[in-house]
Amino acid sequence: MTAPDHGARAARSGSTRRQFLLGGAVAGVGAAAAIGADTALNASADQPPSAPLNGDLTVPFHGAHQAGIDTAAQAHGLFVALDLHDGTDRADLTRMMRILTDDAARLTQGVPALADSEPELAAAPARLTVTFGFGPRFVERARGTGPDWLRPLPSFSIDRLVPELGDGDLLLQIAADDPLTVAHASRMLLKDTRSFASVRWTQQGFRRAHGTVAPGTTMRNLFGQVDGTTNPAPGTPDFDRVVWAGEGWLAGGTGMVVRRIRMDLDTWDELDRGGREQSVGRYLAVGAPLTGTDEFDEPDFAATTAIGFPVIPEFSHLRRARSENPDERIFRRAYNYDDGGAGAQVSDAGLIFVSFQADVDRQFVPLQRRLDQLDLLNQWTVPIGSAVFATPPGCGEGGFIGESLLT
Amino acid sequence: MHNRTMNNRPTGRRGRSTTAGLGVVLTALALAGCATADAADDDGGSAARAAQGVTLSDAWVKAADSGMSAAFGGLTNSGAQDVTVVSATTEASSMLELHETVENETGELVMREIDGGFVIPAGDTLTLEPGGSHIMLMDLTDPLEAGDEVTFTLTFSDDSTYEFTAPVKDYSGANENYVGGDTGADAGDMDMGSGTDTDDAGHTGTDG
Repeated sequence: MTAPDHGARAARSGSTRRQFLLGGAVAGVGAAAAIGADTALNASADQPPSAPLNGDLTVPFHGAHQAGIDTAAQAHGLFVALDLHDGTDRADLTRMMRILTDDAARLTQGVPALADSEPELAAAPARLTVTFGFGPRFVERARGTGPDWLRPLPSFSIDRLVPELGDGDLLLQIAADDPLTVAHASRMLLKDTRSFASVRWTQQGFRRAHGTVAPGTTMRNLFGQVDGTTNPAPGTPDFDRVVWAGEGWLAGGTGMVVRRIRMDLDTWDELDRGGREQSVGRYLAVGAPLTGTDEFDEPDFAATTAIGFPVIPEFSHLRRARSENPDERIFRRAYNYDDGGAGAQVSDAGLIFVSFQADVDRQFVPLQRRLDQLDLLNQWTVPIGSAVFATPPGCGEGGFIGESLLT
Repeated sequence: MHNRTMNNRPTGRRGRSTTAGLGVVLTALALAGCATADAADDDGGSAARAAQGVTLSDAWVKAADSGMSAAFGGLTNSGAQDVTVVSATTEASSMLELHETVENETGELVMREIDGGFVIPAGDTLTLEPGGSHIMLMDLTDPLEAGDEVTFTLTFSDDSTYEFTAPVKDYSGANENYVGGDTGADAGDMDMGSGTDTDDAGHTGTDG
């Protein structure tokens, strides 16, 4: 379940404006942590801590793009899809998005929302971002048009989709490094959607907790695989080309695919380490391609074994996800889920696959078609939920998310 | 001119990085941006008009289909003199009252129309909030729907005025019930503790 493999390592040093603004604070945390572990432990209770708290860190809300896309993925991600009420019309959508934008603008900066009944819970934003996506019916109710790709994905043979886990008119992606922050933001926002919409599905995801691994470390999924090695780096022209849409009301926005992929950890357990590495085409230890030693080494698909088979098997995920067409690339921002087991089944786990790309039909669909036709990983993974959203651009002070569609 | 003070309660929040602090200021500016002091009646005299030193931040109004509602926010007086809000008007309600919450003789918290208006001490903030002081909309002219914006005008004891716009929000609290007589002399009794039924709008009248 690694990404289509095109990124170059050198490109990973880029930084976005958002990261730049945060950079000082983040560096401060790192430096203080490196120097002052003992100091912090020995500090008496009445001394202020020398390192800024992670809970105080904020990601700017306003800007050309919505936050939560090129933002370094937070530890906790919540995805909530809403169905609009039957009577919710264009004017209602404008009122709703104004309110939700105001809530998000405040909460992400550590300020309680208006009418926030638990204002203390807003005080630790912990890099909270709120990202809105519009489904086909939202655009229809807004009396807007396009983009053409804003519709359910074509059906794939591997899919076993559960309608209750897919589609939706409005998506909220709420992410932060603290789960209580996410819960409060979610409740505050959802309370403000009640007049306009109802919850269709909710998916709760996680990555490593804040501070567990070095910033920038590629995530691991519950198969133990390094997951997302080849992502374009935010802040680079490469990223901009892959992610940001250029036209119409979506200019500065992007396309978002959310797929819930169940991972059968029980049958994965039956596979030995060599088999696991063959299925994905990478070493588990560091995520290096089977022809390399470093995670970011370019795979050599021509390399063969002593008896003439490709070192990176034709059926491996890495090989299948790689396209010769440079258009067929995406930016992944996935989260793990584990809803716990019942009875003999000890886990119900998988991946909330999230990808951003300017054009879902041009970039995502062909890639997924190839994986649908052949990818050994399909033996242990089953897509059970699928949704596509148009993620509008960001907004400035006084504006609101969706204004390019609704005004 | 806009004050970033949101209320006068200690929040216990720790100081932020410069970047974080900037974000807070910008947010507050964006959302208080509609408030303007109206000193049109100023005769050019030497005394500062009350409205000139007052800002209202984080204003909002509770959504309601009909009947009553209430407006909240933080009224900050940055001037050197205490100021008094004596009345409020809005096209959204044919009648408004300024309410306070006080303890009655039995120790119960009750809402009532405040005698003499809201006094905002110099350099201080009066927080209007559910369960506390608020601007009461007694009789809505139209439904207040979430995301609407309502413009209010406050009048001070020196007749200067201050206009602000507040968004409407759905809110389940602020269900103080009106248990007074008719809208006459004792109309201000707002008993939070009464068991009177409320509708979705809250602030439901029980006297007809």
